[in-house]
Amino acid sequence: MAPLCQVRALTRRFGGLTAVDALDFEIAQGEFVSLIGPNGAGKTTTFNLMSGLDRADAGEVLFEGRRIERLAAERIAALGVARTFQHGRVFGNLSVLDNVLIGAHTRLRATRPWGGPVAELALALWRPRSVRDDYAARESEARAIVARFGDRLTPRLDHRAHSLSYANRRRLEIARALALRPRLLLLDEPTAGMNPTETAEMEGLIGELKREGLTILLIEHKLDMVMRLSDRVYVLDDGKRIAAGPPDAVRDDPAVIEAYLGHSGVGRRPQAEAAE
Amino acid sequence: MNSFIDYTVNGLVIGNVYALLAVGLALIFGVANLINFAHGSVYTIGAYVGWAAITFLHTPLAVTILIVAVACGALGAAIERVALRPLQGRARIAPLLATIGLSFVLDQLVQLIASPNPRALPVDLPDWRISIGGGSVGPMDILIAGVGLSSAALLYGFLRFTKLGYAVRATAQDRDAARQMGVNVDGVNSAVFAIASALGGVSGLLVGMYYNHIDPAMSFQATLKGVVAVVIGGVGNVPGAIVGSLLLGLTESYGIALFGTTYRNLFAFALLILFLLVLPNGLFGGRKAVEAEPMTGTFIAPSRALRVPDYVVAALAAGAFALPLVAPAPYLLQVLTNSWLAGLLALSLTLVAGAAGQMSFGHAGLLAIGGYASALLATDYGVMPLVSVPVAGVVTSLLGTALVFPAFRLRGHYIAIATLAIGEIVSLVILNWESLTHGAMGVTGIPPLSAFGYEVTSARAVYWLTLSALVAFALLQARLSSSHIGRTLRALRDDEIAARSHGVKVTRYKALAFGFAGFGAGVSGAISAHLFSYLNNQTFDSQLSLLAVTMAILGGMGNILGAIVGAVALVGLPEAFRFAAEYRILIYGIVLLLLVRFRPQGLLGTT
Repeated sequence: MAPLCQVRALTRRFGGLTAVDALDFEIAQGEFVSLIGPNGAGKTTTFNLMSGLDRADAGEVLFEGRRIERLAAERIAALGVARTFQHGRVFGNLSVLDNVLIGAHTRLRATRPWGGPVAELALALWRPRSVRDDYAARESEARAIVARFGDRLTPRLDHRAHSLSYANRRRLEIARALALRPRLLLLDEPTAGMNPTETAEMEGLIGELKREGLTILLIEHKLDMVMRLSDRVYVLDDGKRIAAGPPDAVRDDPAVIEAYLGHSGVGRRPQAEAAE
Repeated sequence: MNSFIDYTVNGLVIGNVYALLAVGLALIFGVANLINFAHGSVYTIGAYVGWAAITFLHTPLAVTILIVAVACGALGAAIERVALRPLQGRARIAPLLATIGLSFVLDQLVQLIASPNPRALPVDLPDWRISIGGGSVGPMDILIAGVGLSSAALLYGFLRFTKLGYAVRATAQDRDAARQMGVNVDGVNSAVFAIASALGGVSGLLVGMYYNHIDPAMSFQATLKGVVAVVIGGVGNVPGAIVGSLLLGLTESYGIALFGTTYRNLFAFALLILFLLVLPNGLFGGRKAVEAEPMTGTFIAPSRALRVPDYVVAALAAGAFALPLVAPAPYLLQVLTNSWLAGLLALSLTLVAGAAGQMSFGHAGLLAIGGYASALLATDYGVMPLVSVPVAGVVTSLLGTALVFPAFRLRGHYIAIATLAIGEIVSLVILNWESLTHGAMGVTGIPPLSAFGYEVTSARAVYWLTLSALVAFALLQARLSSSHIGRTLRALRDDEIAARSHGVKVTRYKALAFGFAGFGAGVSGAISAHLFSYLNNQTFDSQLSLLAVTMAILGGMGNILGAIVGAVALVGLPEAFRFAAEYRILIYGIVLLLLVRFRPQGLLGTT
């Protein structure tokens, strides 16, 4: 069976710097794959290219057999690719519930009626039975997704997102991405800025998503977590793939050790940060 | 051929004047990251200070220029200190809004002190002319070129070789880093405002002398021209501003040569739109994409909207409907009718600028389209107003959305500048498209509102009609706001990138917002046309656009009830207290300044 998502010779240059350099990798249906590597290795750039926020200079991204690297971000999302952002991009002035509902945007039938935008406007104003049911269904889904985060978000459903703690904003981002019912979920450092307890809790949730069969591509610096969760790991350095394989094999790969230790420790290489 | 040289000389001279203005705007943008809308006011004040010096003190030219430079420099430093420094760290558009408020205040002060009537600015220059290849150059041309070139040289020397110049360049590159290296960033800001304003003031003086004409209304156009030149050159780029100014001067001059003077500004704004669309970073701005920070162009202060219970709103509406029965004084009803019409405009603006985050500085253009559509249908084609008014709403919705459509990909300040230019273009097209719009004559004899031969003319009937339209739109807009479309608009306002990544077709929803808002504004303009019975291209001017922005901010951006409160407060109250009418613009300016500084969330809170 063809893999769910294939990245072939993907390349992105910023001036003289090649942030992503002829990168190849693939993710099978239901697989949990991680991208690791020092800061500036090109991981987030890869996410941006896969999610349509940036344009590749060369190479292709195939999702379910179709090329998506030239599609707009909103088209890719509609195909079922959801992502979170490294630094957290919640909608600050929207309530927690509304943030999650935006995640379900592509699944609202009222957003694509026969008759185009004018019909959409008319439906939103008139709101016949079918639209009300649609709204209600999405809302109960959103509440269920929020409930997965225990009592972290549920008591704050009506709070505006800018009032949430950093960790809760990261949780909210994942909830929003889940509301899209993704076929492929791209998680960009979901535990960044979280303390050990919160990290463990997040790992538990991500593991649960994996067991439910969701296909996940993870960027993460916390290697213990990566090793426990991943089916396969790709290691990037300077935009190139330097190792790939099951966690155990990658962990002992000399090239990986070199990449990490060669640059003063895990994930600290500020001069190349521009590419992130 | 002769005339070609004359037009070229004229273009370069005007370009030089624009350069004096634009260099200041570029410097200010460089260090303070804002487009200074009060720059034109400083320019006007420069012209008046010069006039006063010549008239009362009989100063020679060199001394006059010096006095103007010193006075305007001091004014610039004061503007920075009083209005802008307290806004550091606020939404990026906050200081820009403050400069708009400031320009209202300064312009009205000039009017109150020097009278609104134009004045002549006597010039004491010899009247010889040198012939160059068929064209000719006079002393005024040489003076302007000389002042332009020498200020450019002085400025270059200052930025390149002085310690303060280094500090200015460091601050422009990275404000925080400069501060950490011990640069007195506030001092740099002050100095830059002073220098920029001195140049702007001298520019005003020179223009006054060139045309032998000064008037308090010249400031807004000056700001716009400066902004156009700066965008062409690449915002924040000083040499770019000079090249942009010369290019603008030449384009205008050749445009006049080919099509006539009324086309001059049309060329300027068309050039602006062209650059925004094709080269948004200008000639010298490099190829870096326009910044994609979330919410740089919006003005949404985090706050909780004041919850007004439905029964209170219903009671207020019922009270408004019952008012003519209790207080039938036609003057009061007319004042409130104007407020309801302004309320429609504010509702329209608060949807696009508040809910959708697309700050529009050209909303009066929508009123003009609606007004003209209905007026022309009724007068030239005999359509009855019952039909022409809603048709005008639809026309405005479609045409307005189509006009802004190309600007949807712009962000931050650029969308505000683009909409401002589009508003001006609407007015200029109306002025020049004589076969359709009657041009400068305007449309006269617009029939009163009527349906099947029944005319709605009594103050009461008009009051009820406009109030009904307002209430209907407010209800529809509330309905929209509570729907998935309202949520989607607020999401793309907060973070367009994140919204797109969740499948939101940003352009579609921006178009929906402008389409809906255009309908309301178009109907407001159409009803106004039938009430005024006369329209010309200046009936709905840019000042009204900026007033609409003030109304929306006063009520709380995106707040529907707030928009109506804002409209009544700013249109109704000054008229109700007749003594205040003369100071209206002054009041608007002060209200805007105070809001931006002390209550950015407005009276009822943003949503």
